[in-house]
Amino acid sequence: MIRVVLPAHLRTLAQVTGEVQLEVQGPVTTCSVLDALEARYPMLEGTLRDHITRKRRPFVRFFACAEDLSHESPDAPLPDAVAAGSEPFLIIGAIAGG
Amino acid sequence: MSSVRVLVGTRKGAFLLTADGKREQWEVNGPHFAGWEMYHLKGSPADPNRIYASQSTGWFGQLIQRSSDGGKTWEPVGNKFAYEGVPGTHQWYDGTPHPWEFKRVWHLEPSLTDPDTVLAGVEDAAIFRTNDGGKSWQELPGLREHGSGPRWQPGAGGMCLHTIIQDPGNPQRVYIAISAAGAFRTDDGGKTWKAINQGLRSQQIPDPNAEVGHCVHHVAMHPSRPNVLFMQKHWDVMRTDNAGDTWQEVSGNLPTDFGFVIDVHAHQPDTVYVVPIKSDSEHFVPDGKLRVYRSRTGGNEWEALTKGLPQSNCYVNVFRDAMAVDSLDECGVYFGTSGGQVYASRDAGDSWTPIVRDLPSVLSVEVQTLP
Repeated sequence: MIRVVLPAHLRTLAQVTGEVQLEVQGPVTTCSVLDALEARYPMLEGTLRDHITRKRRPFVRFFACAEDLSHESPDAPLPDAVAAGSEPFLIIGAIAGG
Repeated sequence: MSSVRVLVGTRKGAFLLTADGKREQWEVNGPHFAGWEMYHLKGSPADPNRIYASQSTGWFGQLIQRSSDGGKTWEPVGNKFAYEGVPGTHQWYDGTPHPWEFKRVWHLEPSLTDPDTVLAGVEDAAIFRTNDGGKSWQELPGLREHGSGPRWQPGAGGMCLHTIIQDPGNPQRVYIAISAAGAFRTDDGGKTWKAINQGLRSQQIPDPNAEVGHCVHHVAMHPSRPNVLFMQKHWDVMRTDNAGDTWQEVSGNLPTDFGFVIDVHAHQPDTVYVVPIKSDSEHFVPDGKLRVYRSRTGGNEWEALTKGLPQSNCYVNVFRDAMAVDSLDECGVYFGTSGGQVYASRDAGDSWTPIVRDLPSVLSVEVQTLP
């Protein structure tokens, strides 16, 4: 199981508390994790990636294993620890606004 | 006994203010969607328990929320606003072509007859419609494809379609307004649109009488007289008596004719309200005094309404969608300020009382008059 931590506003929107656990088919990548997340919680569609371009929203960041993966290819494999479920995939609302 | 429900959108959440028909004791409910910008909430005239809300942030984009129980509970519905075809370009601040990009929903206008049908005005300027209660949204591309589209340019707040007015006697006719393109009208249910800006005069643009490019801030109509519109333009308060074909200035004796809101009394089609703002470089009321101005003559002659409003050291703004009227026998008038106050008058503006003083900056105010 893949463990995903959502920012507070999106936990409220998805009506979840704590981590989300997801089954991901095939390679574990940012894209496949987000696809699985949106399939389980359709209300999150458009909040992390633009509906049309499918690009990450500018103030959303993806962290795992103490690394910022935001600028990696969405199709690049995530760290083994994320794929194994020992480390969470962190979705962060960037600190912005002064 | 009748009651009223005031729907307030703020920079940091939505609030519902309710009172019985006396409008003396108010209950404040909220924040709903705490921390999110709530540009607009509006109830369906066909089913007052159905309310739609535009929710957004710079972080997570646009959401649309829908309530079927008068705002007690909400559910997120469709938030995909995709322009039809290749959207092309409009003019950017520096005069260069800029691709149309969806940013947010400024205004939601539920159908007069069907709770599942809603029009949405968005930035970058376009109009969308849902026929399934907000699950899916389709653009009415004829507006954006009006031949003048490449010449539209954003106002300081963005290139937003902020005003949608339905003609209650003619479902094919809708008026909209865009900053800073101007006003447009469709007479065929949104397939084609006509620019209705003749008579507007804007000194800030190269041709003050241009077909488009006018910074219209808001437009209001009385439902009994759908050919008469009142407009608060960037500068100038305007009136048309022929559905926008031509406009005349009715600023008259206003202390300044800059402002954002404009609305019409529920029972007196020639009674109009504005809140003059000092200037476009100082977005607050003149002389530290919060004054609503009322005309009982359809413009030109205006009186200041000050009873109950701060008359010193007040420097708030009132944004374009932040005034509304109820339809009780003695018309109630409501407006919200950038300082977080929501004021109510239950005597058509003669006197005012704050319902609540310390909300986040108020973006929109709508009123439902409930049986």
